[in-house]
Amino acid sequence: MARKDELGRRGEACAAAFLTDAGYRVIARNWRCPQGEIDLVVEGGGEVVFVEVKTRSGTGFGHPFEAITVAKLARLRRLAAAWCEQADAWPGRIRIDAIAVIAEPGKTPVIEHLAGVF
Amino acid sequence: MGLARTHAMALLGLTGALVEVEADISGQLPGMFLIGLPDAALSEATHRVRTAAANSGCPLTRNRLTINLSPAALPKHGSGFDLAIAVACLAADELISADSVAGVVHIGELALDGRLRPTPGILPAVVAASRLGHTTVMVPAGSADEASLVPDMRVIGVATLRDAAIWHGARLEPIPVDAIVPPADPAEHVEEPDLVDVLGNDDAVLALQIAAAGGHHVFMLGPPGSGKTMLAARLPGLLPDLDAAASLEVSSMRSLSGHALGRALITRPPLEAPHHTATAAAMVGGGSGQIRPGAAARASHGVLFLDEAPEFASSVLDALRQPLESGVIIIHRANATARFPARFQLVMAANPCPCGQYGSTDLDCTCPPSARRRYLARISGPLLDRIDIQLRVTRVTAAQLRLAADEPRRSSATARGRVIDARAAAADRLAGTPWSLNSEVPGPWLRGPQSRLGGSITATLDRALERGGITMRGYDRVLRVAWTIADLDGVQRPGADHVGQALYLRKGMTT
Repeated sequence: MARKDELGRRGEACAAAFLTDAGYRVIARNWRCPQGEIDLVVEGGGEVVFVEVKTRSGTGFGHPFEAITVAKLARLRRLAAAWCEQADAWPGRIRIDAIAVIAEPGKTPVIEHLAGVF
Repeated sequence: MGLARTHAMALLGLTGALVEVEADISGQLPGMFLIGLPDAALSEATHRVRTAAANSGCPLTRNRLTINLSPAALPKHGSGFDLAIAVACLAADELISADSVAGVVHIGELALDGRLRPTPGILPAVVAASRLGHTTVMVPAGSADEASLVPDMRVIGVATLRDAAIWHGARLEPIPVDAIVPPADPAEHVEEPDLVDVLGNDDAVLALQIAAAGGHHVFMLGPPGSGKTMLAARLPGLLPDLDAAASLEVSSMRSLSGHALGRALITRPPLEAPHHTATAAAMVGGGSGQIRPGAAARASHGVLFLDEAPEFASSVLDALRQPLESGVIIIHRANATARFPARFQLVMAANPCPCGQYGSTDLDCTCPPSARRRYLARISGPLLDRIDIQLRVTRVTAAQLRLAADEPRRSSATARGRVIDARAAAADRLAGTPWSLNSEVPGPWLRGPQSRLGGSITATLDRALERGGITMRGYDRVLRVAWTIADLDGVQRPGADHVGQALYLRKGMTT
């Protein structure tokens, strides 16, 4: 596995743990369909939340959030609809969140969470 | 999440409007949104501000920044808002004091390395800020001298965004850098040509002094090589120094045109000599986005010289009728209206016909009469009617040249002294009226009981009117010039001589 994929996996694990601690229940991880992939699907407070996790090993090339573009968010929205359809789940409210994980080698990862980014 | 506000200035013509710059940080993905009708250069401020802030050691927040320029409906132009936007963003992030930022007007463009560039139009912007009751302004170090020309204004010149942040209370160590200075302007050291250089043409030299003393417009007609351009270029040298208000206005106009001012206001009257291919927009001002001043506005309080006047498009010449009458230029565009001062003295020069030889003694004119008539008819009657002094200039002959070598000639400095005395005499006489120059006095006042000259003095003029040689409007203009000649001669009231001379300067052209 390439190093960047490994970093991504580690970041997603951190994000999942972070959300579980915050009282969310993880429904799916790395759900894939032909259109793409959703990093995390969690549920909490009556909402289904689709989470884009972006991990970087430092901020030398910009903050992780800066890599979440409008196009990426638009795709996430389409994927959210696809997930609802295949899971046959029709939640009252959905939300799209972004989580940035800065995992510098030898340090505890720093996690930032933005709720409702779209 | 934070909110902060500060102030900047938007210029529309020479009139400045206060713009409130608000910055808000919201918990969203990174982004920077600028709203409130920015033009293209201003929209790019977001990139300049973000990069400059990062390179100054005080990067902007990672969250979404929304920047509002209020009043939102007023169109805003240019890059002078960068500094205000940057400090509002830093204050919203609580890196610098929001209270400190709110009390200061910020003007300046940012370079990517965080330094501040001198910005055009600093002087009119600071003047407007002062009028609107602001007392502290932060400008680029390279423009600080210019901003300091405005009285009762506390000017903070900063070289970099980092210095600006430190002034507003950021916990940063200052790093000395070389401030960006405006390019040296060669136009600053132009010598005014001297009247001593003019040989012969005594009539024209006298007419020039009369024009300077009374603020009269001049039309010179003569063959090529008779010295029309030479004479016109010497008129600004005869005018007195600008007074404080005029000086500020002329300097503001220069600053608005993108020229550096340096440490001192301009005190000499400007000379503008647009080429005859100039368009109406180049003459009075215009532009689709930002409305820029034209030659007539830049010549305010000075001289607008139109060489080869009949070659100008007639629409361009007629565009000058409004400023000649009212002293202001008002330019209307779909999204805004701009006002420029335009109290200039008009000097026009023309050849008498297309070949230029008509009426000269040495060569014969080759133009058919119709061409000759058509040529001068390009200058419309209404425009010509507003010109008090219309004289014919002739080529200097060999005999005149020999004579002139021995005669003492008047220098610009002594002529200016006479002009200043004459202007003082006119202002004295006109004290208590809204006018200060003879050219501004309306006809009824001249013919009224205060200044009636009496039948014996105006006899020649009355006869010219009876014979239809001049119109009633022309009659008033001759009276005005007669008063100026009297002022120049240092006498209380014009005599028959002065009226005769004035009539000659009005009618000397018709050959």
